[in-house]
This record gives sequence, C-alpha cells and structure tokens, in this order.
Amino acid sequence: MIIVKKLIKRFGLKTVLRGLDFSVEKGEFVALLGPNGAGKTTFLRILSSLSRPSLGQVSIAGYSLPAQSAAVRRRLGVVSHMPLLYGDLTAEENLQFYGRMYNLPELSQRVDEVLAMVGLSARRRDLVRTFSRGMQQRLAIGRAVLHDPQVMLFDEPYTGLDQDASEMLDGVLRRVAAEGRTVVMTSHDLARAETLASRFDILSRGVIAASASQASLGTGNLLDFYKQVLGA
Amino acid sequence: MSENPKAPTSRPASNYFGAVMAVTWKDLAAEFRSRELLSAMLIFALLVILVFNFSLELDREARESVTAGVLWVTFAFAGTLGLNRSMAIEKDRGCLDGLLLAPVDRSAIYFGKALSNLAFMLIVEVIVLPVYFILYNPKNFFSPGFFGVILLGSIGYVAVGTLLSTMAVQTRTRDVLLPILLFPLVIPVLVSAVQASKGFLSGLPIGEIVPWLNLLVVYDVIFIAAAFMVFDFVVEE
Amino acid sequence: MSTQPRALVALNVVSLLLLAASYYASLVYAPLEAVMGAVQRVFYFHVATAWVGMIGFVLAAVAGILYLWKKDLKWDEISVAAVEISLVFFFIAIVLGSIWARPIWGTWWTWEPRLTTAAILEMVYLAYLLLRQGVEDPEKRARFGAVYTLLGGISVPVTFVSIRIFRTIHPVVIGSGSAEAQGGFNMAPAMLQTMFFAIFAFSIIFVTIFWHRMRLSALANRVEQLKLKVME
Repeated sequence: MIIVKKLIKRFGLKTVLRGLDFSVEKGEFVALLGPNGAGKTTFLRILSSLSRPSLGQVSIAGYSLPAQSAAVRRRLGVVSHMPLLYGDLTAEENLQFYGRMYNLPELSQRVDEVLAMVGLSARRRDLVRTFSRGMQQRLAIGRAVLHDPQVMLFDEPYTGLDQDASEMLDGVLRRVAAEGRTVVMTSHDLARAETLASRFDILSRGVIAASASQASLGTGNLLDFYKQVLGA
Repeated sequence: MSENPKAPTSRPASNYFGAVMAVTWKDLAAEFRSRELLSAMLIFALLVILVFNFSLELDREARESVTAGVLWVTFAFAGTLGLNRSMAIEKDRGCLDGLLLAPVDRSAIYFGKALSNLAFMLIVEVIVLPVYFILYNPKNFFSPGFFGVILLGSIGYVAVGTLLSTMAVQTRTRDVLLPILLFPLVIPVLVSAVQASKGFLSGLPIGEIVPWLNLLVVYDVIFIAAAFMVFDFVVEE
Repeated sequence: MSTQPRALVALNVVSLLLLAASYYASLVYAPLEAVMGAVQRVFYFHVATAWVGMIGFVLAAVAGILYLWKKDLKWDEISVAAVEISLVFFFIAIVLGSIWARPIWGTWWTWEPRLTTAAILEMVYLAYLLLRQGVEDPEKRARFGAVYTLLGGISVPVTFVSIRIFRTIHPVVIGSGSAEAQGGFNMAPAMLQTMFFAIFAFSIIFVTIFWHRMRLSALANRVEQLKLKVME
C-alpha cells in the first residue's frame, strides 16, 4: 500500500531524510517512533503529498508522488497536531466544506454518519472554536475519514489531550483502523502506540533504524526496544 | 471498502468549480459569523478618509480633483488588511494544509480565495462610497462608469494581492511584508483607476477615459493569468 | 576557491582601466554641449548605468524563470546577484539624473515616466530582498524570489506604459520628434562614441562585479556546509 525507496529530503544544504526505505501492507497499523528532529514530521508531510521528495520513490495505493498527487490525496486522510478546522464554522459546516472539496456524493448523509462515529452529533451546530481540544481532534479525524480514504496518516494525534480525551481518541482510532484502513501514526506516547499498532518502526537520523512487529516484541517490551535501538 | 459505493474510483474526476465555490463560500460564511475582518477594514477605511480630511484641508474645488485619489488610497490600504487577515486564518490553524490536501488543482484555492477577497473589498467599497458621498457630495458620483472602474481596479488589486499574501503569510515578517510587496506591483492599477475615476467624476468624454480602462482590463487579464500559472510554486514545498 | 582565478584578476584590472578611460572620455574627450554646458557630461555615466541596470533587471527575471523550470539553485544565485548589482547601478543612474536635472529643469526630481518607473523598480528590488530575508528554507526562498521577479518583470513595463500616457519632460535623446520633450540635444559623433564606450565599460564592470558576487555566494555556501558538518 505504501512503498518508499531511498527517500532523500534536503532543505538547502541540510539533509533530513537520508535514503529512507519504508513499506506498509494493506491494513497494517504502523507506529512511527523516534526522537525529536529525527524527521518524522518531514516524512509524514512527504507521504501526505504536502512536501516533495528531493530524491527517491514514494508510492501510495499504487500512485506515485509527486506525479500523481491528486490521485493519492483522494485516497489519503491526514490528521496532524494542528486541527485543520475553521473556528468560525460549525462542526457540520466544517465537514460539509471538506466534503465539497472532495466532491463527495450524498454529502449530508455522510456528514451525519461521520459525526455519529466520532461522537459529536449533539454538538453539530456549535462553532468549532467552542470545542475543547479533544473534541476538535475527534472532529479532525472525522474530517479525515469523510472521503473514506484507504490510507490514514496521524502526526502526533494525542498532543495536548487529557486522559478522557485520549481514551476517546483510542476508541475512534481503533474503529477507524478496524475498517481495514492502512494507518501510519507518529507518536511520543509509547504506551498508547503499543496498544494500537501492529508494527513499530523507529526513525532516527533520517532513516528507519529498526522495525519490529507487535507479535515479535511481545507486550510491554516496546520501551526497552526503543531505548535499545536509540541508545546504541 | 472496494464494495463501498462511495469508493474513490466512482467519483467524478474534476471538481474544480465546486472547490472554488466551496472555498469562497467558506470564507464568506466564516466572516459573516465573526465579522472581524470586515469591521477592521471598514473602520480603517473610514479613519483614513477622516485623516485625509484633516490633513488635506481642501476647498470644494480642490477636493473634487483629489476625490478619486483619496478613495483609491483608502481602498488600497484597507485592502491589505483584508488580504493579510484572510490568509493568516488559513495559516494559523494549519488550514492551508487542509486545502492543499484536497484532490483538486491548487489554482482552485487561489481563485476561491481571490473571489472571497474581492467580495470583502467590494463590500467595504459599497459602504465607504455612500459615506463619502454624504460627507462631501461630489459630482457625478453615482455613474455606472465610476462603479465599473472600482470593480476593474479591485479585481486587479485582489488578483495580485491574493498571490502575494500567500507568499507573505509564509515568511517571518508576514503582515509588514505584504504592502511592501504589493504596492510597487499594483501601481498601474492605481494610476489607471484614479485617472479613469477622475474622468468619470469630472464628466470627461468617454473617448478620453477609454485608454485607462483598456489598461485596467489588460492588467487584470495578464495578472490573473500569471497568478494562475504561478500559484503552484507558491504553495508547494 | 580562496584565491581569485586569473581571468577575474585580469578583469579587475581591465574594469578599472575602462572606468578611468570613461571618465576621461566624458570629462575631456567629449565636446562641451552648447546649451546645457558642463553638467551634460553626467549624461554618459547616467545612460550607461541605466542601460546596464536594465540588463540586470531582465537577467534577474529570466534567471527566476529558469530556476522555476530547472530547480537548480545556481539560477537563484544569479538572480540575487543581478538584483543587488542592478539596484546599485539604477541608484547611481537616478542620482546622476538628478544632478543633471537640477540646473536644466530647475528641480532635483520630477514625476515623469522614466524617473518614476526607475523609483518603482528600486522599490521592487528592495521588496525582493526583504521577501528573501523573511524565508529560511533556501529552496522556498528561491521559489518566492523567482515568482516575485517574474511578477515584477511583467509589472514594471506595464507601469512604465501607464505613466507614459502622461506627458513627459524627460529628454528623449535619440529618435523622438515629440514636441513635449524639452531638453533634448543633438549628439555630435564624439558624444555618440563616448556614450557607447561608457555603456561598454559599464557592461564589463557589471560582469566583473557579478563574478565577484557569484564567488561570494559560493563561499557563503561553503561556510554553510562546514557549519553543518561541525554541528553533526
């Protein structure tokens, strides 16, 4: 579903990604871990077609970036740590706007479905700027699944959420993943990542330093694995 | 998901016009809720006219010759407020990314924003002009020619302004930078618009005004085309 | 890298000689103009710097387009160099023009087409430099710069035309029969020679300074690279 070969990204003279190789099968849930500045956000921006590779190949759902980016974007849902929502519009209006941008048929029905899925039906007519951070994040996920994407990218979705909101987000994420979507999520929260993902990749110094599946690691060993890889 | 009737492959390929309208509608809807952009532009425009009144101390005759200039300077300055704010909203909440993620040609975003910026500017003009009329009672004010010039000039201004504000909002110096980038490029619009406005206000024969109108139209067409071609370069990374 | 190539050293010398020769030609060789007197001698350098500045302007716009096409940062460096040098040349032209204008038109400045356009052009250049200063990422900086030179390249000629529809009192030296042009003068052959020689001399000077500026860019890049190496 996602194939990345020898991806290099440079900003002027600084090289952030140095020949990164990465691949994800359909339906996998991969947690992308790593220290700050390793290049996770840069990598995710390239995968979401917001940034262009300097060198290397990236293909998602069979379409290559950046040449076929429109086709990729149609199949891609992105949640970043910024809400990507308009504060002066209601929840409903935000979803309707994005629905029109994606040219979705039967839009009002779809909006109802999505609001129900993220548990915000009761607040649909409220302005987004009155929402708590947790509610905004849930609506953001709603926005991201609106067009039923095959691939979803989450960049630090738990940032700024309290315990309750995080648990709600867990539920939503599990449901989203259970529908057969391919998910890549970056996170600093190892405990959470451990409960959600089926595979853990560690990005360090611009390449994938290590990769391990949930099965091979066993429960509770992620933190040790992480420290081991990065401590070296 | 491949059995899903809403699967991506069954959707119509092009959505350009819909996307443009969606962006414009979104801007207008959000603005009518908060009205912060319009009120800022409006108050600023009225203040500028006030300042002109006191700093230029004109008798009736002299005032007639500067009406066009005063109005256009006012619109130019108030316009930068609107342009800045409109783009800042997208940038601050990361919404620009949201727009860029849509599977539609990037220029649709440009046209959508340009149309809403134009709408805001026209709304401010529609309010300021009668106020000016009441205060100073200039001759020939409500002629279709005069309004036509206002429209053409605003189009040119917004066409370049939207593109430049997209760049400016991505820099460190942001708000300060937009007028510096915009004004040198938009001089032909100001010159032509002021001359043409003056022509209509003083009742000049249409033949003498036509060269200015031509220049405005040419400018508008050239720059809308240029902005359309170049917008991609300004939003990609 | 640290020492100037021989060709450049030779050019330095040649430029200085040409400059000196131009001075001599303007001040001594060229005949005294009957009506305007000694101040007319300013004309030669004024025209030369203006013309060469114009070439710089075109070069910057073309380099900008080439950058957008080829994405090679070399073109961006050329664009910046052209703008910086052109900025100074035009400024010299404006100042010399003012010196000439004062005794002839009785004023240091007048808002006629060429002068006004020159002033606006300087503003465009300054805006360009300010724009670049506000962008960190070199690639983005180059892109924005190129877009702005392109827009400026279209706008400035249109500006000139729009202001020219006003009457002009700027001396139209070559080939205008317009009755409104005051202060034009007929050029004796020696004057023509001096003028062309001055244009030639300043073109060479432009090339020399341009070369130095490009070397400066290359050295700055080298410093950046070394800085990054040290930081790693």
